[in-house]
Amino acid sequence: MTVIRVGMADLNVADGEDSLRTTGLGSCVGIALYDPQTKITGLAHIMLPTSANPNETNRAKYANTAVPLLIELMEKKGANRRRMNAKLAGGAQMFTFAGQSDLMRIGPRNVEAVKEALRLSTIPVVAEDTGGNCGRTIELFSVDGSLVIRTAKQGVSTL
Amino acid sequence: MSEEIRNLGEFQLSVLREVGNIGAGHAATALSKLLGSEIQMNVPRVSVVGFEEISEIVGGSEQFVIGIFLRVEGEIPGSIFFLLQVESAKRLVTDLVGSMGSAEPDEFSEMEISALQEIGNILAGSYLSSLADFTKKEMSPTPPAIAVDMAGAILSIGLVQLGADYALLVDTEFVQGARNIEGHFFMLPDPGSVRILFHALGVDIQ
Repeated sequence: MTVIRVGMADLNVADGEDSLRTTGLGSCVGIALYDPQTKITGLAHIMLPTSANPNETNRAKYANTAVPLLIELMEKKGANRRRMNAKLAGGAQMFTFAGQSDLMRIGPRNVEAVKEALRLSTIPVVAEDTGGNCGRTIELFSVDGSLVIRTAKQGVSTL
Repeated sequence: MSEEIRNLGEFQLSVLREVGNIGAGHAATALSKLLGSEIQMNVPRVSVVGFEEISEIVGGSEQFVIGIFLRVEGEIPGSIFFLLQVESAKRLVTDLVGSMGSAEPDEFSEMEISALQEIGNILAGSYLSSLADFTKKEMSPTPPAIAVDMAGAILSIGLVQLGADYALLVDTEFVQGARNIEGHFFMLPDPGSVRILFHALGVDIQ
């Protein structure tokens, strides 16, 4: 029953009784992958949509590099990508400005990029709690693949 | 760019600490005038930090805080955050808004929000004008935006802008002892600004 902490621009995998937890998602997106047969889970906390750098050193930071890496690590542990499904949380717009700059649209752009990366890996998104303007803390449980989402203002929900 | 920031030495950081100290002094004086009571500030901590460490300063990424965010535009672009615990923020604006405040302990009325925005304007404006005097560079703050939420979620908007895994952080703590108010004023120059900033201060970096 270990809670494995996933930082910002970070990812990790778990199985058995363990869970994966990441805190304070704002415009960042939490990508929760689950293989129901092996009960292997993977969680990534991405900050930005895409990295154009093929030699990117921090692959966990970008949607387009984190998704393949997460799948790879889960498969090393014994999961199979054909059985995986995804749940997403985050991608909020924390601030509203009078003039909407690209920076402010980063949340929705992150969500779009994650979905595109998952589509390329043919992993279906089965549930999501994205957008809005609130921060989220999420925990992914390997026993059943449930994703518990905690917000500061709207309480707790489970996907 | 990330490497450049990690290689900053103690001397460079101390120069920025001194400049930050003067800027924060101006900001504290301006805020004291607005509030009619004395605000103290600590000597800024200037450090090179990873993403996670920034929210640790205010009690962890899940800590419920109010964040006032301004972008710095001009020759040395960057981000400014003023973060306060919700209770501290409430106490800070009480005298300014009087009966126009929200009665709920963790909610802010429109009047309280605009008072906090004004505080953000004053702090950032006086801090930046002092920094502009030192550097002879032009910089100005955008209008402030406010969010009440988890610290990590609020700060992430500044961190995504960095494009690097490390940030140069100037952290100044503001304290109003009598009413137990404390807040953190963060300045995060964009990675591309770091070299320009130090060059303008007369300390070139490698």
